[in-house]
Amino acid sequence: MNPSPTPAPSPAAPHKIAVVDLWKSFSGKPVLKGLTVEISSGESLVIVGGSGAGKSVFLKHLIGLIRPDRGRVIVDGQDLTSADAAVGLELRKKFGMSFQEGALFDSLDVFENIAFPLRRHTRMTAAEIADRVRECLELVHLPGVERKSPSELSGGMRRRVGFARAIAMKPEILLFDEPNTGLDPITSAVIDNVIVEMREHLPVTMVTITHDMKSAFRIADRVAMLREGVLIATAPPDEFRRIPDPYIQKFIAGEPLEEEVA
Amino acid sequence: MSSSARLLHSVRTPLEAVGLRTTALFEEAGRFFFILYQTGYWLLRRPFDGRQWLRQMVRVGVDSIPVVGLTALFTGMVMALQTYRGFERFHAEAYVGSVVSLSLTRELAPVLAALMIAGRIGSSLAAELGSMRVTEQIDALYAMATEPIHYLIVPRVAATTLMLPPLVACADGLGILGGYGVAVGLMGANPVVYWEKTFQYLDLNDVFSGLIKAAAFGLILSVTGCAKGFFTSGGAEGVGRSTTAAVVMASLVILISDFFLTKLLF
Repeated sequence: MNPSPTPAPSPAAPHKIAVVDLWKSFSGKPVLKGLTVEISSGESLVIVGGSGAGKSVFLKHLIGLIRPDRGRVIVDGQDLTSADAAVGLELRKKFGMSFQEGALFDSLDVFENIAFPLRRHTRMTAAEIADRVRECLELVHLPGVERKSPSELSGGMRRRVGFARAIAMKPEILLFDEPNTGLDPITSAVIDNVIVEMREHLPVTMVTITHDMKSAFRIADRVAMLREGVLIATAPPDEFRRIPDPYIQKFIAGEPLEEEVA
Repeated sequence: MSSSARLLHSVRTPLEAVGLRTTALFEEAGRFFFILYQTGYWLLRRPFDGRQWLRQMVRVGVDSIPVVGLTALFTGMVMALQTYRGFERFHAEAYVGSVVSLSLTRELAPVLAALMIAGRIGSSLAAELGSMRVTEQIDALYAMATEPIHYLIVPRVAATTLMLPPLVACADGLGILGGYGVAVGLMGANPVVYWEKTFQYLDLNDVFSGLIKAAAFGLILSVTGCAKGFFTSGGAEGVGRSTTAAVVMASLVILISDFFLTKLLF
């Protein structure tokens, strides 16, 4: 592979990603309210929270899909929020992102979907691309589906092809947007195992957003709870389970809040 | 409610409606010019995706030949039929060929071809980009460090702008042939005189100006379709809305800009 030049990390950068005082509103309604979090290199951070808590909006800020009203997202010491188009594009090459429903290109088959970033950003030969696609599909336990179109795949398979596409460029940071939503518990566990295996095989920093607590505890080094645009707690899974906050305990147990019952 | 409050309310509601409409209009214009500017910005940047350009040119150009050709052929035929019957009244049948060729090359072929392409391509651009937007495929392109405007919109806008003139040239030819067929075959006009009169008053400038108009219409309709699709929100319903709006807006802008382009070019 012949990777494109990426901006060199600043030697002073203590974290892979630092999010500083992030604010974002849509139509006057605040979604993120001064969110601050630091993610170390090689860490797997899982952000949990209810629907509408701002999880997806947060994740999209990390890769520059949304610009914040205020605050900064610093990746390897470089500010993504104030980067110009060219630097932003280079910084995004450090990322791989898996979308909720896979976001596979309908017009391309599985092989071409995974090969897309390789054709676009590298000078790999056809044989090298074919090898890399096969390698990625094996990593997500989906060998032999190269020539299928996305419409022929089940929801779980589409997501795994999405994972394969996300890791094709050997990114330094992997983002997962609700990888288990809408899947049955067994497929959901398969997805979690794939994520855990990917972490074992690849030297990556991972940020996952989910509302599935089982999944969060399986794949996280650190779990953070987002509520109404603010991170209310961040802790390793074992500590997170013991946090005495009633909202967190009800969220883990999957029980309604008093005000919702009333 | 006091009378002054009622008065304020009755004035504010229509004012608010006017304000909202005006804001929406400026938003639409802003999106159109944003896509236009960005397309220009990314047009000559690398990587150049020749396969995409070619695919879009076939889709817009080659695949549209039947629909544009039939439209032009029958327009030429109707033109000949109508003008022959009219000119017959004051014994000016010999000039039917001139009227058909001039009106086709200067006006009818570019406008009708553009309206047909707005229906065929403008709508499909909006639907295609709209569904890519709502299924996060456009976000996925960003995430893979690929600028969606460069990858998706530049080839589509360029292909439509480049393919409209050759399509209109075909339409000119077919329309003139259609007119000839009706005038000579059906109405009994003298073929030599008809052919001579067809080209006697037709200037190359008439044809070229029509082709310039066609390129301008191609740019307008493709940018409108792409802008509508690119900024789609609201799921499947939003895609439907964008598709309809793309055709309506592109058709209106084509007809309005036709006046100004005609004034400018002729």
